[in-house]
Amino acid sequence: MRLEPIANPTVARSTLLPTAAIATTVVIASLLAMVAGANPFLVLGEIIKGAAGSKFALLETLNRATPLIFTGLAVAVAFRAKLWNIGAEAQLYAGALVTVVLGTGALGLPSWMLLPTLAVLAMLAGAVVLLIPALLKVRFGVDEVVTTLLFNFIFLLFISMLLEGPLKDPMGMGWPKSARLIPEARLPRIFDGLRLHWGFGLALIAACVVWVIERRTTLGYEMRAVGLNREAAQFAGIPVNAVLIKTALLSGGLAALAGFSEASGLKGNLTLDLSPGFGYTGIIVAMLALLNPLAVVAAALFVAGIFVGADSMSRAVGVPTYLADIMLATALLLMVLAIMLTRFRIVRE
Amino acid sequence: MAKQDDARDDRPIVLRLNQITKSFGKLIANDAVSLSLRRGEVIALLGENGAGKTTLMNILFGQYTADSGSVEVFAQTMPPGNPRAALDAGVGMVHQHFTLADHMTVLENVTLGTHSLWKTSLDKVKTRAKIIRLADEFHLQVDPDAIVGTLTVGERQRVEILKALYRDARILILDEPTAVLTPQETDDLFQTLREAVDLGLSIIFISHKLHEVMAISDRVLILRHGKLVAQERTRDVDKHQLAALMVGSEVTAPKVAPATPGPALMSLARVSTPDQGNAPGLKDLTLDLRAGQITGLAGVSGNGQAALADLIGGLIQPDTGTLTLKDTPHPNWTPREAVHSGVGRIPEDRHKTGTIAEFDLTENAILETYRDAPFSRRGWMNWGRAEAFTREVIDTYDVRCPGPGTRIRLLSGGNMQKLILGRVLESGPQIILANQPVRGLDIGAVNYVHSRLLDARDKGAAVLLISEDLDEIMALSDVIHVISEGRLSPEFPRGTMTPAELGVWMAGHGFDAEQAHAS
Amino acid sequence: MDLIDILLSASFWTAAIRIASPLIFATLGELICERAGVLNLGIEGIMVAGAFAGWMGAYSGLGLWGGVCVAMAVGMMFGLIHSLLTVPFGLSQHVVGLGVTLLATSMTYYAYRLALPEVTSPPKIDAFQPFEIPLLSDIPLIGPALFSQTPLTYLAFTLVGVVWVVLYRTPLGLALRAAGENPAAVAAQGLSVTGIRMGAVIIGSGLMAVGGAFLTMSAFDSFFFEMVNGRGWICIALVVFGAWKPGKALLGAILFAAFDALQIRIQQSPLGADIPYQVFLMMPYFLSILALIVMSRRAEVPAALMVPFNKGER
Repeated sequence: MRLEPIANPTVARSTLLPTAAIATTVVIASLLAMVAGANPFLVLGEIIKGAAGSKFALLETLNRATPLIFTGLAVAVAFRAKLWNIGAEAQLYAGALVTVVLGTGALGLPSWMLLPTLAVLAMLAGAVVLLIPALLKVRFGVDEVVTTLLFNFIFLLFISMLLEGPLKDPMGMGWPKSARLIPEARLPRIFDGLRLHWGFGLALIAACVVWVIERRTTLGYEMRAVGLNREAAQFAGIPVNAVLIKTALLSGGLAALAGFSEASGLKGNLTLDLSPGFGYTGIIVAMLALLNPLAVVAAALFVAGIFVGADSMSRAVGVPTYLADIMLATALLLMVLAIMLTRFRIVRE
Repeated sequence: MAKQDDARDDRPIVLRLNQITKSFGKLIANDAVSLSLRRGEVIALLGENGAGKTTLMNILFGQYTADSGSVEVFAQTMPPGNPRAALDAGVGMVHQHFTLADHMTVLENVTLGTHSLWKTSLDKVKTRAKIIRLADEFHLQVDPDAIVGTLTVGERQRVEILKALYRDARILILDEPTAVLTPQETDDLFQTLREAVDLGLSIIFISHKLHEVMAISDRVLILRHGKLVAQERTRDVDKHQLAALMVGSEVTAPKVAPATPGPALMSLARVSTPDQGNAPGLKDLTLDLRAGQITGLAGVSGNGQAALADLIGGLIQPDTGTLTLKDTPHPNWTPREAVHSGVGRIPEDRHKTGTIAEFDLTENAILETYRDAPFSRRGWMNWGRAEAFTREVIDTYDVRCPGPGTRIRLLSGGNMQKLILGRVLESGPQIILANQPVRGLDIGAVNYVHSRLLDARDKGAAVLLISEDLDEIMALSDVIHVISEGRLSPEFPRGTMTPAELGVWMAGHGFDAEQAHAS
Repeated sequence: MDLIDILLSASFWTAAIRIASPLIFATLGELICERAGVLNLGIEGIMVAGAFAGWMGAYSGLGLWGGVCVAMAVGMMFGLIHSLLTVPFGLSQHVVGLGVTLLATSMTYYAYRLALPEVTSPPKIDAFQPFEIPLLSDIPLIGPALFSQTPLTYLAFTLVGVVWVVLYRTPLGLALRAAGENPAAVAAQGLSVTGIRMGAVIIGSGLMAVGGAFLTMSAFDSFFFEMVNGRGWICIALVVFGAWKPGKALLGAILFAAFDALQIRIQQSPLGADIPYQVFLMMPYFLSILALIVMSRRAEVPAALMVPFNKGER
């Protein structure tokens, strides 16, 4: 067996194969639902209903998608330059940390000044967290996959330490959680009465900004060149290491915005379960979106929908919520395979 | 004529290819190719890049399956698509790109694949004894316990030949074996091959170097566009006839008017660069590139050409010595500074370093200048201007493509090189570094690239032409330097040296006398 | 308590070897994959799956060794998925590896929830017990540390030798190493690079799963969520630290485990009373990063690691 590149894939090929990937995912999920003794149609129906069946469900999905858009963008930007940032989780917590440290009264600014200040400082913190592995990669050639992964564990322990120490809420009845943000540090809701905060709006803006950066600026051009062919980029005079560092700063900053948005928009404080793995899920979002910043929004909505839908399905039918994670893992693996097969055909030799 | 000779030859036929046809999509790589090889015979397979030589050998080795036709080794038909069959039947191949694992020893490399995978031992003692015996018999001196990565290119080739002999190969196929050798090493190789033939082995020698084909082969087969176009006894033909057969028309060396050299535009003064693994760095090298002159750099590949190209291109900095452009020293020389100082660079490998395969033509055309107006201002790209520029290059340099939005990987090598040529020449560079500018191109594209380089010279540019092809160097260059082990020979004006005389320098002789003379 | 006292106590080294054991299995598994040219980031998830499968196997009455076999088989299945996608299809080893980790982890938790829907604390099994090797276990310090361990630990140490012999003394190991150095050399000999690489990933993944099973069947006697807790990623660092050599990787695992055991002890001693426990828990991860930095310059990375091989491509 051999793979042969296809010069110009047909439209049918490049639409049918990804569709087949999603269809196969659904089939596998149905089979697993049957293993759990449930009617697969009921399970799938409940997931869809839970994700988009009511105004409440839809708002829940949008809220859940918000941090995923940020982490998805963070991963997409980094992967575009072949900087393997698996540490969006740590960067997310860095952003949330800055938000609660400065947003619980330390900075007494009016809301219109405080929120942008917090967002920018949160981004800086996230950027610094990714800067370390990026420097190790550029300076010593240390593989960033492992270092960013290990930093996730380190940073979570660091947060845990702070929440049981200096950041511990004295009114928290012993729970490891921070004090609540002052009202000026809270992101307002977009519409009165609807439980959807401006973090979502910020996420949409971020997606557009990243798209513009990638397509319309020299930095975006450099990032794409470095990601596609480092040797040629180097030869042409693109400062590869500087581009990787800039990419890291941007990626870390975007992931940190997820933490800012969750803390300031949704939760109002910092706990150890602020993120149920949004950083890792961002990888799935970015891959499903083929690293395209605008498609990240759609992919994040899809992924969030599955999570939210699975939660409500589990309450209704009793099939474990982990079905959602299995579906996403399967979708990820099948999608990368499908995308590859749109560009190569299998030749028997 | 050749057929009658064949009939009189009573040596047994050991290998026969019958009507081999293979196509990749629309491209017919092999078109009903037949050949036969006799015991103790050396045949040369001659053809340009892309003529179908490699495909034919891959079919023989079962790496590809032919669309039609058959392979017979010692009168036994090979099953198609089985890579082991030819090896087991006694055919050994020395690939152009060595198939050796650098971190492993000679012994391990030779042993690889000779035992059943499920055997529990490697029999190192027996293996070592056999390697030493074969090395003696065929004059292939090499230490069985040396790590392959530490060996010279010539020694590695010996390991490849040993690998084949160790498997009791009776038929040896060598793909472009001399491309990486000095003339002396080539002589040693030919000595080994002659001994092998005396011991009854048969050899297929794949090459495009005519004088070597004349020196070693009994019979020459010429492939062109996948077809076997001629088959002659070597003693019945001369080099010019072969060249004509190979390219399909009488080769005409480009007519080059005498140069009118001006002042030195770039000067390297006593520069040295560190060695890069097996590739030597530059050793105290001094070179002037003059306006209106093509300076040719001859040499066996891997003798410092890469270091010199990287240095001029801004990819590496010299340890010692200075790089001066028109009397201005440039201590922090980078690719970007090179481009801005009017150095146009045609890279050696257009796929790996010259272009980004997944970028379209526009994105590739501005790869070196994207940060300058009008392509971008204050970090914002102006794609409209970039595309207009690309259209201009496409028109001026006759790049055949659907449009500037085409991904460059879909272009042929020649069109890819034309785009690079446009990228480099359109800014009117004063100094042009042309590193293997025509490697792998068909004859039409070769002529085009050469004439463009000559045009640039006539407009006053200083051109450095680096090539492993001595004929190309001698045809185009106004002055020639030879590089060997990172050292540079004196300047030889056009017509003052014969290929043989240059060959002496390429082999590394003469440098010591030169140094003694200088000091 | 003095540092010297700790380092000279038999119980300290017994703990260190116990902590090292799962790492040895998984590091060997990863080493086999990487030596053949495939980075297997599925390791973390495969260890989770192995931990659950082994424990579940024993719990459902297959016996302890039956459980180990189940774990191995489950690991090999995920190895098959990984290798199918990364070897013949040549997909990104980063993306597929993370996908496999996610898949293995979520399938494990799903299966756990299905198998034991109602329980709040998971049932215990009769885990592997220490087996004192006669005579040898009486040697001071070394005896208790090395020869009073559970059979799985002995298996881990034996496997280091087995993997070394296979890699360096058999045609199979030669072909495997060559596939990670220059796959074209392997293909030129008519051997299947695809077969060798897939085989290596499948076997390697099996070993990772046994490493996970050690946690539920030897170190503890039950399965918890998050119990692997980054050990897989640490093993990837250990492979680099061990310069892709089984012996050095073993040394690295023991060294690493000794540090881990040491931090536990310091944590419990008066010395550690004023320091937040999280600081100690961070140490293994910092140590791994440090190891990567120190070794980054010297390591002999397999030349074709993460380079897909497509026959007929130049």
